[in-house]
Parts: sequence; structure tokens; C-alpha cells
Amino acid sequence: MTLNTFKSVLFSALFLAISFAGYATEDSDNKDDKEFDANEMIMHHVKDAYGMHIITFNEGKEDEHHISIPLPVILWTENGLTTFMSSEFHHDYSGQVVVEKNGGRFVNVHEKIYQLNDGESVVSYDAEHHPVNAKMPLDFSITRNVFMMWVSFTILLLIFLTAARHYKKSENNIPKGIASFVEPLVVFVRDEIGKPMIGEHKYKKYMPYLLTVFFFIWINNIFGLIPFFNGANLSGNIAFTLTLAFVTFIITTFSGNKNYWKHIFWMPGVPVPMKIFLMPIEIIGMFTKPISLMIRLFANITAGHIIILALYSLIFIFKTEFMGFVSVPFALFIGIIEIIVTAIQAYIFTVLSALYFGMATEEAHH
Amino acid sequence: MTITGIAALGAGLAAIGAGIGIGKIGGSAMEAMARQPEMHGKIQSSALILAAFVEAVALFGVVAAIILK
Amino acid sequence: MELIKPGFGLVFWTLITFSILLFILRKFAWKPILGAVEEREDGIKNALASAEKARKEMENLHADNERILKEARTERETMLKEARDIKAKMIADAKDEAQAQASKMIEQAQAAIESEKKSAMAELKNHVAGLSLDIAEKVVRQELSNKDKQLELVESMLGEAKLN
Repeated sequence: MTLNTFKSVLFSALFLAISFAGYATEDSDNKDDKEFDANEMIMHHVKDAYGMHIITFNEGKEDEHHISIPLPVILWTENGLTTFMSSEFHHDYSGQVVVEKNGGRFVNVHEKIYQLNDGESVVSYDAEHHPVNAKMPLDFSITRNVFMMWVSFTILLLIFLTAARHYKKSENNIPKGIASFVEPLVVFVRDEIGKPMIGEHKYKKYMPYLLTVFFFIWINNIFGLIPFFNGANLSGNIAFTLTLAFVTFIITTFSGNKNYWKHIFWMPGVPVPMKIFLMPIEIIGMFTKPISLMIRLFANITAGHIIILALYSLIFIFKTEFMGFVSVPFALFIGIIEIIVTAIQAYIFTVLSALYFGMATEEAHH
Repeated sequence: MTITGIAALGAGLAAIGAGIGIGKIGGSAMEAMARQPEMHGKIQSSALILAAFVEAVALFGVVAAIILK
Repeated sequence: MELIKPGFGLVFWTLITFSILLFILRKFAWKPILGAVEEREDGIKNALASAEKARKEMENLHADNERILKEARTERETMLKEARDIKAKMIADAKDEAQAQASKMIEQAQAAIESEKKSAMAELKNHVAGLSLDIAEKVVRQELSNKDKQLELVESMLGEAKLN
């Protein structure tokens, strides 16, 4: 049964991908005047954006119109909090549409909001296309990444609170329904990540963080792969990975025991010159560990998105729909690999976090 | 050669290094699994972790290339 | 370059969202789920332990039974042996007694036979003596009816007497 389901899902995915590719090719015929820029398209998809853009009809024509979910833009300027909906930019991210709010003029330049300096009404750029007469206000906007983060937040809460309620209801703790799906995963995190990496006695304290981070990363990785959400690339955004790596760093540093600090500042068991030599290395290592966590997740997920988008771009670069016969199977193949990668990267992040916690709490054993 | 070209070259070299490293890890892990199938799970997870460490180096290269771009 | 420049807003929202998620899940999801799993594992462990204990007890009981059975068996064995001994002894005793009785009877019989024999002998002697006397008388009478012969006899008798 599962094999058949899998097959049908695979075929429908293939069919959808092919039909999308065909549709997209028709689209490209309509805008022959505008050269297709794969780099720009990919970067636009990979980066954050104001508003959930879903589809554009008649692109580059008179009656061009977009379907999208507008999201609130929240800015902190010198005049205080300024908020408006992202739809006020009318899907412009080239800096042409100026929004006036709360005594400031705002433009959207490549999905970054700039506030024009006083008296300016048109944004001007330097040679490298950076705005010169505008500055960036503090931006707390609910971008599509934040929006997707809240969607996954809600779904995680739904899944796990429902699962937890099952246990409360059942008398003999036998998992049923969603709980029987959740439990093996939770037990996996506990038995394959928590216990071996941190140790039998201390792992309990870190389990909530490990479980939360594992499922949070995993679900956001998966959402990044779903095309409807415009591939909101949350877990491939460095701000997201930075935050999680920072939390890991904070927990590691605060749970570091005497033995841990001794290993950093005065490595036991080596001669004194070596101790002095090792100290700066170990101190740098303290920071490179979370930094590598951050880079790893960011680069893996972003690379996956870029590869898939680049494969689809081939159709537009070669300007023939027959390229779809090459790029669609390849993209599908990469897509399937990416599905595995979503889980592996969540696992790696969690395992390494647990490993660092384990190092921080390890007792001297000599 | 432009700075972007050099950066791309550097990223490529980093990728080669990581490829060799991960290939060796994968090969040894496979061998170890064939020798001791009962240790399959443990070998697999340690191989994944080690691959992650090796991969981090390549990713640093890629990031350096992005910064220099 | 822009790719690896973290946006402040997203850092802010991620931190807040993640913290809230961690807090809620920790309190309302991980605690009950892990607690339930642990409880069940403990339950299984306890059940296994008690099963093991029961098995041990069973084993002990079995061993006891075995021991008792063994004891009973040895006891039976000894009892049987005793009985056999007694039987053998009884048989031997009976045999001895029978033998003694028999030999005594034989002795008595012999003694009786002896005495009978003696009396028979004595009777026979008397009878023989009488017969001999009769015969002798008849012989002598016949002999002595002839005078010569009487003389001859006296003479031989006298010759014998001389020798003495």
C-alpha cells in the first residue's frame, strides 16, 4: 500500500513539475523583450521578501497582475513605529514606488526597505547599485520568512500538543493517532542524540532544547521545499541559523563546568608552552563551533534551493521547453535528495548542539 | 582573472577537498558496516557527523567566495 | 555578500518565536510525552524485573520440588533396601532354623535308628545264640551218638586246653 502511495505521489509530482515547466515556458515567450536573469530570479527566491508572492499573470504586459498575500511592514524610524502593508509597494522591489508614511518616505530596493533622506523623493544609486541617498531603518517587518516561521510554529504546536494530550487521556500511556507518529521521533532524539552525546545522567536537562530545535529546523526545511509557499527559505536564511546557533552557544557557555573551562584556558596533560599555544586556538574554537553550525545549515539549505532553481532556469536560458525533459528529472532527483537533506541537516544541527553540550558538561576522567 | 573568478576557484578547490574527505569517510564507513553489520546504526551516525565536520570546511570556502563576490 | 548578512528583524522574530516555542513545548509537550514514554519504559522494566523474579521463584520452587523428590526417592531407596535386607535376613534365619530343625530331626532319627539297631542287634544276638545253641545241641547230639567221635572231641578239647 505504501509503495503504491509513494508511486502515485511520485507520478503526480512528476506530472505537476512537467506541467508547471510547460506553463512557465509559455510565460517566457510573452516577455521576449526582457532578458531572463537566472541569478536575479534565484537570489530573489532565496532571499527574504515582504509579502507572500504566489503567482504573476501577464508579466511585463499592460494588464500584469499578481496574486500574493500582503504582510505587514513594521519599521522603527526616528519618528517612532511605522507600519503599513507590503501591498503598498505594488510588488515593486526596484525602488520606484515610494510609500509615504509617518513623515518618512520608504522604498523597496531588492526586498530591503530604505528610508529616503529628508527632501529626497527618488532613490539614486552608486556604481554597485547601493542606494546613496537613503538609510535603512530598523526593520521588524513580518516578512514571508517570519510568516512561514509562524505557520510552522502553529503546526508544531498543533502536532505536539495534540500528541501530548493523547498521553494524558490514555490510561496506560499507549500512543494513538498522531502520538504514535511523534513518539518514535521523540524517542529517536532522546536515544540517538541526547543520551549518547550528552550522557546518561545529564541529558534530561537539554532534551527540551534538542527536541524543539530538531523539529523546528526540520519542519522549516520541509516548508522551504514546498513550492506554494514560494519556497520561503527560512532555514536557509543566515539570520535564522545565526539565532539558533547563538542559542546553542549560550547554552554551551552557561552549562560549561570547571573541566570545560580548564580545557579551554589551561589544557591538562600537555607541557606549559603547549598550554599557552593551545589557549587561543581553544578560545577561537569556542566561537567557530556555533559559527560552523550556522554556516552549515544556511549553506546546505540555500545550496539545495539554488540547485533546483538553477535547473529550472535552464529551460529559460535555453529558451526551449524541451530542456524540461532534462531539467525536470534532475530537479526532481535533487528534490528527493533535498527531502533527505531536510532531515539530515536537522539531525546534524541537533547532534552537534548535543555534542557541544556534552563537551561542556563532561567531567574530568583522569 | 577577476576577484570573483579567484573566489569561485577557491570555492571549487574547497569543494574538491571536502569531496575527497567525505568520499573517504563514506568508503570507510561502508567497509566498516560490511565488516560489522551489527554496528550499522552507530557507524552511520558517526559517519554523518564526521561528514558534517568535513563539509563545514567546504562551506567556509563557499561563504568566503560569497563574501568576496 | 547580502546572502550572509543576517537581517536584524528576522533574528529578532526568530529569537522570540523560538523562545516561545521552546517554552510552550517544554511545558506542554515534551514533559508529558517524555514523561509518558519514561513511565511506560519503567513499567516495562518493572514488569520484566518482576517476571524475572517470578521466574526465579519458580525456579526455586522447582529446585525445592526436585530436592524433595530426591529426598523421597532416596528415602524410598533406603526403605526398600532395608526391606530387602530384612527379607534376606528373614529368609536366612528361616533357612538356618529349618536346617537346625532338620539336622536335629536327622540326629534324632539317627539316634532312634541306632537304638533300634542296637536292640535289633541284641535281639538278633539272643536269637542267634539260641539258634546256635539249638544247632550246637543238634550237632552235638548227632556227634555224640557215635562213641568215637565223642572221644575225639574230648581229646581235641583237651589238646586245646593244654595249649592254654
